[in-house]
Amino acid sequence: MVSSSRTSGLVLDHIVLRLDGQPLLDIDCRILPGSVLTIMGESGSGKSSLLDFIAGFLKPDFRAQGRVILNGRDLTLLPAQERHIGLMFQSPLLFPHMSVLQNLMFALPSTCRRRQERRDLAERALADVGLAGFGARDPATLSGGQQTRVALMRTLLAEPHALLLDEPFSSLDRTRRGEVRDLVFALARKKGLPVLLVTHDEEDGLAAGGQVHRLEKAARKGRTYSAASADLA
Amino acid sequence: MSRLLAVSLGLLATFLASVAAVAQNNAPTAEWQATLDAARGQTVYFHAWGGEPRINAFIGWASREVERDYGVRVVHVKVSDTASVVSQVLTEKSVGKDSGGAVDLIWINGENFASMKENGLLAAPGWAQTLPNWQYVDVENMPTVAIDFTVPTDGQESPWGMAKLVFMHDSARLQTPPTTLEELLAFAQANPGRFTYPQPPNFHGTTFLKQILASTAPDPALLSRPVDETAFATVTAPLFAYLDALNPVLWHQGKAFPKDAAHMRRLLADGELDIAFSFNPGDAAAAIASGELPPTVRSFVPDGGTIGNTHFVAIPFNSSAQEGAQVFANFLLSPMAQSRKRDPEFWGDPTVLNVASLPESDRALFEAQNLGPAALSPQDLGPVLPEPHPSWVSALEDAWSARYGSR
Amino acid sequence: MGKAGGLPDVATVLVTTLLAGPVLAGLAGTVLPAFGYLPVLGHDSFSIEPFRKLVSMPGLTTSAALGFGTGLAASLISLTIVLVFTAAWAGTDTFRRLTRFLSPLLSVPHAAAAIGLAFLIAPSGFLVRLVSPWATGWTRPPEVLILHDPLGLAMTFGLVAKEVPFLFLMTLAALNRPHVQEYLKAGASLGYGRMATFFKIVLPQIYPLIRLPVLAVIAYATSVVDVAVILGPTTPQPLAPRLVGWMNDPNLSLRLMASAGALLQLLVSSGALLAYLLLEALAGACLRPRLANGHRHGREAGARISALLPMLTILAVMSLSMALLGVWSLARSWWFPAALPQAWSLERMLDALWAGGPSLGVTLIIACGAATVATGLALWLLEARGRRETGRLKVLIFLPLLLPQIGFLFGLQMFFLIAGLSGTLTGVLLAHLIFVFPYAFLALSDPWNRLDPRYAKAASSLGASRARVFFRVQLPLLLRPVLVTFAVAAAVSTGQYLPTLMIGAGRVVTVTTESVALASGGNRQIAALYALLQLAVPLAGFTLAALVPALAFRNRAAMRLER
Repeated sequence: MVSSSRTSGLVLDHIVLRLDGQPLLDIDCRILPGSVLTIMGESGSGKSSLLDFIAGFLKPDFRAQGRVILNGRDLTLLPAQERHIGLMFQSPLLFPHMSVLQNLMFALPSTCRRRQERRDLAERALADVGLAGFGARDPATLSGGQQTRVALMRTLLAEPHALLLDEPFSSLDRTRRGEVRDLVFALARKKGLPVLLVTHDEEDGLAAGGQVHRLEKAARKGRTYSAASADLA
Repeated sequence: MSRLLAVSLGLLATFLASVAAVAQNNAPTAEWQATLDAARGQTVYFHAWGGEPRINAFIGWASREVERDYGVRVVHVKVSDTASVVSQVLTEKSVGKDSGGAVDLIWINGENFASMKENGLLAAPGWAQTLPNWQYVDVENMPTVAIDFTVPTDGQESPWGMAKLVFMHDSARLQTPPTTLEELLAFAQANPGRFTYPQPPNFHGTTFLKQILASTAPDPALLSRPVDETAFATVTAPLFAYLDALNPVLWHQGKAFPKDAAHMRRLLADGELDIAFSFNPGDAAAAIASGELPPTVRSFVPDGGTIGNTHFVAIPFNSSAQEGAQVFANFLLSPMAQSRKRDPEFWGDPTVLNVASLPESDRALFEAQNLGPAALSPQDLGPVLPEPHPSWVSALEDAWSARYGSR
Repeated sequence: MGKAGGLPDVATVLVTTLLAGPVLAGLAGTVLPAFGYLPVLGHDSFSIEPFRKLVSMPGLTTSAALGFGTGLAASLISLTIVLVFTAAWAGTDTFRRLTRFLSPLLSVPHAAAAIGLAFLIAPSGFLVRLVSPWATGWTRPPEVLILHDPLGLAMTFGLVAKEVPFLFLMTLAALNRPHVQEYLKAGASLGYGRMATFFKIVLPQIYPLIRLPVLAVIAYATSVVDVAVILGPTTPQPLAPRLVGWMNDPNLSLRLMASAGALLQLLVSSGALLAYLLLEALAGACLRPRLANGHRHGREAGARISALLPMLTILAVMSLSMALLGVWSLARSWWFPAALPQAWSLERMLDALWAGGPSLGVTLIIACGAATVATGLALWLLEARGRRETGRLKVLIFLPLLLPQIGFLFGLQMFFLIAGLSGTLTGVLLAHLIFVFPYAFLALSDPWNRLDPRYAKAASSLGASRARVFFRVQLPLLLRPVLVTFAVAAAVSTGQYLPTLMIGAGRVVTVTTESVALASGGNRQIAALYALLQLAVPLAGFTLAALVPALAFRNRAAMRLER
């Protein structure tokens, strides 16, 4: 399953982010399929902007250099919806106007046309995370852990080629956190997805098992402390 | 038995009248036939004051008649102020829209007509006298059907109805109304706050000023000529002396005035006022019939007569339905339309036709009518005082607003 | 995405042309005649004669002062009532209940409110009738000057009654910002009174959101025509209604002077705006140092009651006025001192309804058309511009609200005539858009900006196209504000009188133009009925805006309105 050819994985190729002309961070690394790169840093260090850049959402007031390459394909100029990069946020962000099942069906690629088939796939995904029968529910009636699990399955149903996790466990209480975290990493490994995890929780970094990089808060005078260039290959 | 006979005769007369009308219409001149042919299928946008449901209903009836008989569709555009229609045509002219204008026919007279005529906003002269029904118009006894506020109509507008200033009072509160201007002033001084007039430049307010002017001017002949600045002061001196005496005892001490005649009539109905006036001799009767005035309201005209005039329909220069508009104007002059218009049940507006000159059957339409207790007979309506030249209007209005319109 | 900052997008260009084009053309059509240039009347050289003539008009200063004074006073009073009430009662049950009553009042057209109010408070009006003659001994209405008073107090009151609901709803929308409730709690936990918390903590945060509506209210109130005619002084009238009179004078040469007057009106309105901005700066400078002075203002029971009273008064007055219009629409005769009509007539009401049918249809078509286009355009503009700054664009969008309508309508009329759109439904719709769009943008931009951007990100990262994200995620999430925007837009469109009359050339007849024409005849029953018809369109819109989301999301807890 896991291709280990020289082009596979998520490559962040000499990326430099600038805000209002001031360099904010730079990074140069490659994340192999099935492995996790954890980026740790305080708020304001630019980690969310990095995720925005990779996923294709960078705000106009930022300027960026460098390329994002996923499995040999340069994504830098592609619109977000064509990048096949799954994104999970601090909160589950289930669409509140849809049922749980509709949320999942929204993510299914349109190549899967038959309604019944879409429904079955979504139901199966729910069952996979122990939420069989929750399809008709209003997302707001689910617990935090349940919502995060649905959000995870929603992300995976869209068949992403890489995962970006923006502190997705921070909203969960301690007991649930480990459980959900393990589930995410297990599924990502199983599907052979390169994962970029942004967090400020040491525990998350340890649990990820991969390399950990720390971002320091950008200094005033334009000097940047940043992740050392890391090539995990 | 004799009643029954009379009714049957009346019905017969009505029947014959319509036969006669059809017979007349069956033999039009070649010229008028050409107009009728061109008019068929046209839509006429008739811009006419729309404040009175009864009048609107009358226009609606007339529209249905001409659509059925002549294939002309008439759309009543209800207007709150005729001057805004003049303004519309002017704006069209100023951007060079010489055909296909929004207005095909307009209900008009006086200053608005003078203004449109002077600025070349009207269709070519002469059409009004070529209408088949013009032959019945009472040109001899009613000079105002051809001379509108001293301005010759030149056939650029076709007469439609007659207006005359008539006062109203509620007989439940005021048995004997004042019969002269002096008595009116004395009444107001004895009953402060119970009389007022609409604020000039409102049409009715200005008419009230003209009424006093016409009754007090040392030399009324001056009024039929364009206003002369030096003469103005002497001619209007008695007017303003009168108003100066009246102002402090008016409704709200003259600090506020009603917006228009309708507002004033409402104040009469509510008992804030004891006396109001209207430009339609049938107004009180009609307003009683519709429940807007108490049944105790009566009409009166001061000694010496009141201002009277004629109202018309005119066609703007850029109308694209001129023939249709003429056909409608002609219908409005027909004995059938004129008699229905005079009936207080429908409107109560006096006719412009010489009833005596009508064919027997048409005359019967008018003679069968009962105008009600609040209406005045022709002799009680008194003599008609002529309108002054239109240029007096703005002069009066400016002088009024300088004296009483801003303090 | 991937848009470089340089070129503006299609939506921005479209909106700019749609708004700036007509406004500038309209202004030109006013400025040129003001300086003596109107070739069709034979005036083809420039002069300052129109201004000289304007200045010589009796009572001009009083008129201008009345426009300035009543407009500014009404706006300030309305704002104070709304802020003090919100400060004292936000978050309480009373607040919630009053909110439910105040929202529908937004759909009452200005003219209808003024007519109802006039009948309520006139010397022969309902209030006097209630106590006459048994308590007062009055068998005739007392000779007191209540309406049309020279200082414009009745007019100011009418404006306040109408602007309070508008400003209140704008404040309510601003209170929907995240964390406002927490700030209120934080203030209380530090020992601050409810009102002190609002003024010291919450207001500084939400004021930027209500500032623009306040400015729009000032511009409107200083140049209002219909309310001024029904309630305002008459000797002389405020400037705006006098202008309309001059513009419509049969003596066509008065148009030049009227144009000069329109420029004066522009000056009056901008003067009032400037005065407000000065007051604002002054208040800011005086109050900012007091923010941190530690005064808790804990005892506030008296202040809270007095904050409630004006609001309740307005609510009662407006509801009673509307109820009276309802009674009048059925009353054939209703004379002083009867507290109830002497004669009823259902028949005439049905006749009038029948006759008014077509105009109601046209009103609905135009209102729905203008509201759809305006809401769609506002959504498109917001979506296309993403989160980019809209400062300069905003000024442009709100230009039609900050300029007095009569300042550029006459020029606008010529512009539409040249374009061949005069007298057409399309023309009227376009003219309405100029005034409707700013309100639509005002109503929608805050909910749009408050929508968590991560929903759209989540959806695109799931592979959804920009269109799919918009139609399946953003639009449904914003269903309620979008429908409210639609209703506001439809209400604004329904209320347009002068633009409909002038661009429609009388051929496009709405319930509003019809109601003004009928009102000139003084038949109160018909006037009341048409006022109610005018109210029906926006009311239906607001009802739909409340019902549809409630039905569509009846099983979605997070989509429920929380307040």
